[in-house]
Amino acid sequence: MLFSDLTDKLSLFPVVGEIPDSFEGVYAGDLLSRAMSRVEAGNLWITIMNNMNVVAVASLTEAAAVILAEGVQLMPEAEAAARENNITVLSSDLSVYEICRVIGSVDKGL
Amino acid sequence: MGEVLKFHFDVDGENFSSAGEASVVVKKKLRQLGFSPDIMRRVSIAMYEGEINMVIHADGGTADVTVDDNEITIVLKDRGPGIPDVSLAMQEGYSTACDNIRSLGFGAGMGLPNMKKYTDFMQIDSEVGVGTTVTMKIKLN
Ligand SMILES: Nc1ncnc2c1ncn2[C@@H]1O[C@H](COP(=O)(O)OP(=O)(O)OP(=O)(O)O)[C@@H](O)[C@H]1O
Ligand SMILES: [Mg+2]
Repeated sequence: MLFSDLTDKLSLFPVVGEIPDSFEGVYAGDLLSRAMSRVEAGNLWITIMNNMNVVAVASLTEAAAVILAEGVQLMPEAEAAARENNITVLSSDLSVYEICRVIGSVDKGL
Repeated sequence: MGEVLKFHFDVDGENFSSAGEASVVVKKKLRQLGFSPDIMRRVSIAMYEGEINMVIHADGGTADVTVDDNEITIVLKDRGPGIPDVSLAMQEGYSTACDNIRSLGFGAGMGLPNMKKYTDFMQIDSEVGVGTTVTMKIKLN
């Protein structure tokens, strides 16, 4: 799926890195050991968690990008770690539900 | 390869924010060594969960990773409180994490089950008041 189809609808804003071209599959959830086993390489991961551990999970799972929902701000040390590890972190003011709903509707071409 | 590679890490129990660092380093090494994405993923998940458990439940410890021709072995050793009932701790959803830890995203009670699921062998040696040693193996080929 192309990020260009979502950027405006989600008001996506790059916090660390640049918005990539595309991703394959989505996981939404905040419990890290769940995310660790469910986020696949190339996935988009949507969460409201904003600490260092998000960066570790995104790095280990090779997520295409993380979207921080509800306008959550990344903690400063997590931002530094994301930069160091080349993790793409995006932000949207929408809720996790709204982000998923938009992705779902774009996915179906609605 | 023919040779045995060993990596040793001291895992800091004070620092939640650096938790997972050893796992990230090991994954980078495995990538350099040319391991498949599947092996890297399984080692990453198992080691990350074990590393985090040492930080949040046991005040830190040590992690030793050995890579030989046949398998990757991860040994996580701590001097924490120990696990009174290992089979209970292994159940999905069982967690003693406090609210403070949960607010960081831990405490789903999925760490130990994930470690078991993604490895070919896992053994927990734990004594209350003494500490816990978790040994995990992932077979190559
Ligand atoms: N190294 C350890 N020392 C002492 N207790 C441990 C250790 N590892 C796990 N435990 C105990 O086993 C329980 C289950 O561990 P598990 O990793 O499955 O879940 P969790 O760490 O509580 O949550 P999650 O891993 O999903 O974030 C823990 O809540 C804790 O009580
Ligand atoms: Mg755990």
